[in-house]
Amino acid sequence: MATAAAHRTAGAPAYGAPDAGPEGDIRQRAFDAAVAADERIEPRDWMPEAYRATLVRQIAQHAHSEIIGMQPEANWITRAPSLRRKAILMAKVQDEAGHGLYLYSAAETLGVSREELLDKLHSGRQKYSSIFNYPTLTWADVGAIGWLVDGAAITNQVPLCRCSYGPYARAMVRVCKEESFHQRQGYELLLALSRGTPEQHAMAQDAVDRWWWPSLMMFGPPDDASQHSAQSMAWKIKRHSNDELRQRFVDICVPQAESLGLTLPDPDLRWNEERGHHDFGAIDWTEFWDVLKGNGPCNEQRLTQRRRAHDEGAWVREAAAAHAARHNGKNNGPTGVEQA
Amino acid sequence: MTDTDWPLWEVFVRSRRGLSHTHAGSLHAPDAELALRNARDLYTRRGEGVSIWVVPSAAITASSPDEKDPFFEPAADKPYRHPTFYEIPEGVKHL
Amino acid sequence: MTTTLPTTAALALGDDALVLSHRLGEWAGHAPVLEEEVALANIALDLLGQARVLLSMAGDEDELAYLREERAFTNLQLVEQPNGDFAHTIARQLYFSTYQHLLYGQLADSDSEFAPLAGKAVKEVAYHRDHAEQWTLRLGDGTDVSHERMRRACEALWRFTGEMFQPVAGLDVDWSGMEAAWLESVGDVLRRATLALPEGPRTGAWSAGAGRQGLHTEPFGRMLAEMQHLHRSHPGASW
Repeated sequence: MATAAAHRTAGAPAYGAPDAGPEGDIRQRAFDAAVAADERIEPRDWMPEAYRATLVRQIAQHAHSEIIGMQPEANWITRAPSLRRKAILMAKVQDEAGHGLYLYSAAETLGVSREELLDKLHSGRQKYSSIFNYPTLTWADVGAIGWLVDGAAITNQVPLCRCSYGPYARAMVRVCKEESFHQRQGYELLLALSRGTPEQHAMAQDAVDRWWWPSLMMFGPPDDASQHSAQSMAWKIKRHSNDELRQRFVDICVPQAESLGLTLPDPDLRWNEERGHHDFGAIDWTEFWDVLKGNGPCNEQRLTQRRRAHDEGAWVREAAAAHAARHNGKNNGPTGVEQA
Repeated sequence: MTDTDWPLWEVFVRSRRGLSHTHAGSLHAPDAELALRNARDLYTRRGEGVSIWVVPSAAITASSPDEKDPFFEPAADKPYRHPTFYEIPEGVKHL
Repeated sequence: MTTTLPTTAALALGDDALVLSHRLGEWAGHAPVLEEEVALANIALDLLGQARVLLSMAGDEDELAYLREERAFTNLQLVEQPNGDFAHTIARQLYFSTYQHLLYGQLADSDSEFAPLAGKAVKEVAYHRDHAEQWTLRLGDGTDVSHERMRRACEALWRFTGEMFQPVAGLDVDWSGMEAAWLESVGDVLRRATLALPEGPRTGAWSAGAGRQGLHTEPFGRMLAEMQHLHRSHPGASW
């Protein structure tokens, strides 16, 4: 399996260097043929520069979403109302850090460093999913995030396990395997509230009312307004259109909401026998673009906390680097871990 | 100095005894000891492993895609290396 | 709630694990590097798991965690100290995990009712101790800034370390032998980290067993207020 370093060190030509002439054509044809045959593109293969740039942008945004997404849920770790729920929530937020790490690793196989990507996040040049710019106002929001936000994420991510770029597809296999617990715990949390006291039930309904529409926006703009969609589908980075996945998600959620004993806040939501799908109301895309532009309730807060954690941790990272440079890592015990 | 100086490490995990180490992914660490511990926390937190190797990514030498043909194609036309190449009369056992 | 000796001990050890787990949980989203988010959460989860077993030995885990008043908690004052910077968190981890490792090591080999829990936890805690040691070495022997921060952290928390060796009723442990082993181990790590054992007092009116008697420091009350408020806002509800 090729690795980031293997990619960078062996004196291979720059990624997808624009190749004029017959050799470039041959490479392009080999790439096109591999994608068409559903083969995976691996880090050291030649790839068109635009393909590489698209992947870097998408994987980075995905990684950033994982680590910014820790914040709204971590907001409730210290207030979790039972020790069981506290353990679950801590494990979940930890998984998100882990998923961020898998994804940054995948991005690094494309010749960008994590440091560069974090820098772009911190300076606002790269985005993360807008959903995390909404606040978690009550404990029920933790459940709504698990059920709806993670549910939407899984709907998006399962097809990515077959994405044409090998390291991204492999990272997504690992992420999806671990995500399935996230959605279930959210559902179970909401179910406990819905069947609990009237106050708890109201808390659950309020959370679902607030998270439903932003969750639908997670699939991105409608197909006719999505600027990257068509090319990404051709490259098999993306396997289904935004609207297709959104519809799939709505169809999955409607019966789940019923069994939760909660309603979805959309008066136009109804089964369409002819289409074999649920019709649903119009999404407020003005809000979507507004939040994306930075005007959501928590954009500033999320980025500020992320920057602060990074800046305040600088001395720690510097200390470890200085220690390693001085000792070459040779004074601190065993270098192999064997567990029985 | 910044954490760009934390090099990248490749992580290999043996999922259980009897199997070989398999590439699991990569991570950053200032040195081998922390790389190993970070790998343990990141790649085996659901009990996925019994043994871990970490290797500085920079220490890996890989075949280049341009060498693909001379490296691997000659092996593809030596079917006699595979047991299915040989026809054995029906009924012969333990072969 | 019964007040047998095993209950007293289960509460003391359970409260230590519960409170330190809570403090480590506060790091989520704030760690100096992503890999450390994962590491700190692992330790917090181990401790929370221990706390749940221990509190369940004494009663209902949630009632004990969420419905006791501050004065009924018998955790060490060390574990309730706010996270401070990463150096403070590491110093607290070094002091506590060394203690916990020695204590659980003895309990695991005993015939007490804590032996099964200790036998499992001692492996987790060995890892916590290693984590703290690795970071103490890097911060102490890192840059001038990190050295100074680590030195200050070790000194600031030093006064809370004497309390660890006050005997806990119901635990048959060689406390003074444990203290000697602790001083030797922590001293060795600090020396290798180009630091030294702090010289300030480790015992006194507010540090000799005070937490075990239900006397805590001011930040603890606010920590409990945050931890308990939701649970207490919905009496009798299940989650």
